[in-house]
Amino acid sequence: MTITTLIQTDRFALSDAERAAIEHEMHHYEDPRAASIEALKIVQKARGWVPDGAADAIGAILGIPASDVEGVATFYSQIFRQPVGRHIIRVCDSMTCYIGGHESILEAIQKQLGIAPGQTTGDNRFTLIPVCCLGNCDKAPALMIDDDTYGNASAAEIASLLEAYA
Amino acid sequence: MKTLASIGPINRIERSEETHPLTWRLRDDGQPVWLDEYQRTNGYAAARKALTEMAQADIVQQVKDAGLKGRGGAGFPTGVKWGLMPADESLNIRYLLCNADEMEPNTWKDRLLMEQLPHLLVEGMLISARALKAYRGYIFLRGEYVDAAANLNRAIDEAKAAGLLGKNILGSGFDFELFVHTGAGRYICGEETALINSLEGRRANPRAKPPFPAAVGVWGKPTCVNNVETLCNVPAIVGQGVDWYKSLARPGSEDMGTKLMGFSGKVKNPGIWELPFGISARELFEDYAGGMRDGYRLKCWQPGGAGTGFLLPEHLDAQMYAAGVAKFGTRMGTGLALAVDHTVNMVSLLRNMEEFFARESCGWCTPCRDGLPWSVKTLRALERGQGTAQDIEVLLGLVEFLGPGKTFCAHAPGAVEPLGSAIKYFRPEFEAGVARGEAALTSGAPA
Repeated sequence: MTITTLIQTDRFALSDAERAAIEHEMHHYEDPRAASIEALKIVQKARGWVPDGAADAIGAILGIPASDVEGVATFYSQIFRQPVGRHIIRVCDSMTCYIGGHESILEAIQKQLGIAPGQTTGDNRFTLIPVCCLGNCDKAPALMIDDDTYGNASAAEIASLLEAYA
Repeated sequence: MKTLASIGPINRIERSEETHPLTWRLRDDGQPVWLDEYQRTNGYAAARKALTEMAQADIVQQVKDAGLKGRGGAGFPTGVKWGLMPADESLNIRYLLCNADEMEPNTWKDRLLMEQLPHLLVEGMLISARALKAYRGYIFLRGEYVDAAANLNRAIDEAKAAGLLGKNILGSGFDFELFVHTGAGRYICGEETALINSLEGRRANPRAKPPFPAAVGVWGKPTCVNNVETLCNVPAIVGQGVDWYKSLARPGSEDMGTKLMGFSGKVKNPGIWELPFGISARELFEDYAGGMRDGYRLKCWQPGGAGTGFLLPEHLDAQMYAAGVAKFGTRMGTGLALAVDHTVNMVSLLRNMEEFFARESCGWCTPCRDGLPWSVKTLRALERGQGTAQDIEVLLGLVEFLGPGKTFCAHAPGAVEPLGSAIKYFRPEFEAGVARGEAALTSGAPA
């Protein structure tokens, strides 16, 4: 990715739906700041990732500095601060899945899609990331594609599994 | 390979209300137990008793007397933690947080409870909130547990509609509201003060203790943080009493009650079972997990999560309770054990584990932030056969300098505990990673 693609010149504005959802979340907490992570998730759900201007817009609603929102956005591994593919593949890399052969799953994905963990396919279809133990330790290795969890994964079946995600 | 809607009906064993207080209501089809069924099986009877018949202090005393200890891995006595909440009645804004940020590698017990028995957790939190005088609770749930989130939210809605959450619950005058808060990744959120920072919408760096959360917690108010499984023990203690609870564990165990225990790895029958404290690891391994799969031999095992040390097959006679496992130099942790088979190289396994711990360090304190990547770099070199003669000493140095008391929280000590034990028991595997000729070259000693 070149530098120019990372500079976003379009003005960022929250949609009415995003704004309403964030304001709804704020009321679950004593302090609006507590909704910052949820606000980032709301923006990410609508757009796939969190563009630069979102920190200012969220900060303005919650009454906290944009730098604080950005600090949160860059801390948490499931908040994406750069564009990702339409589908997120999360491969469990716990030691249980290591023993179960998760590295063969990563290799199969790399072979099929040409991406290593942290990368996105050229057609923006998939992003591959590692994830902490998914809690399927009796069915290792496990992976998640979007909200779907798969257990007893095998390298041979990866290609057909990925086909279901257009 | 198949889609998993939930954990499913794993490894069901004979269960009864008398012997399996956590899991006796689990359905054989693995579906969640919703409010009607939960109430038909005595659900919320303990909450009714706690709210309408018992004084607040009596609930705390019962939990103390029962000897309940935290089930998140550290094993701190729950009653003592509860007792740290301030006596000053003017501090009337208090919170109960449920730590449901289950990310410890090889740990999946809270997921089972939340997906299939969501009302057990709601009831446990209701009784605990009453004991702690908390008016509001949050379940801090990891974001990837999408099914648990859906089931808990439905259970909370059902409980609200039935007057079991909200204002004047069961006519007792007690108010309690409960929310599910889902996280956005990072293992460190499971550390209780990091969890509080995360709930407040901050970076999940742990806080200095003291002050402890009981004095200064969420938004500066008295706060108690308990694990899912811990809270799920509370209804049975209140409902069936201390004497019964203390009769559950096997003789010799200093810990009371039952524990969700498990075995994974290349065993015949990996799973989770609710078992009495004090059973031997051998019983867990052989009778429940069925021993190793054909063609695999047990090389070593970990008693309870990535942050616990490795033990050898001869240590399977350890009794599964805190001091029983501690006799062999490690911790019981979460009680969900992992079998390492003879095909696994310890250097590679530790490389995998330290990659996890290094990635998940919050970066707050130097030993953890810099030491863990150093261990990864060293282990990768040894794995490729390109290590230097000093590498094992470097790793042992890290085990010492990242150990208990030297870092801001327990993350780094947990990371080096398995590393230290792996070198202790399998040193030749690490030595084999030293580049040929390097040993003689740098030690000056004859090769």
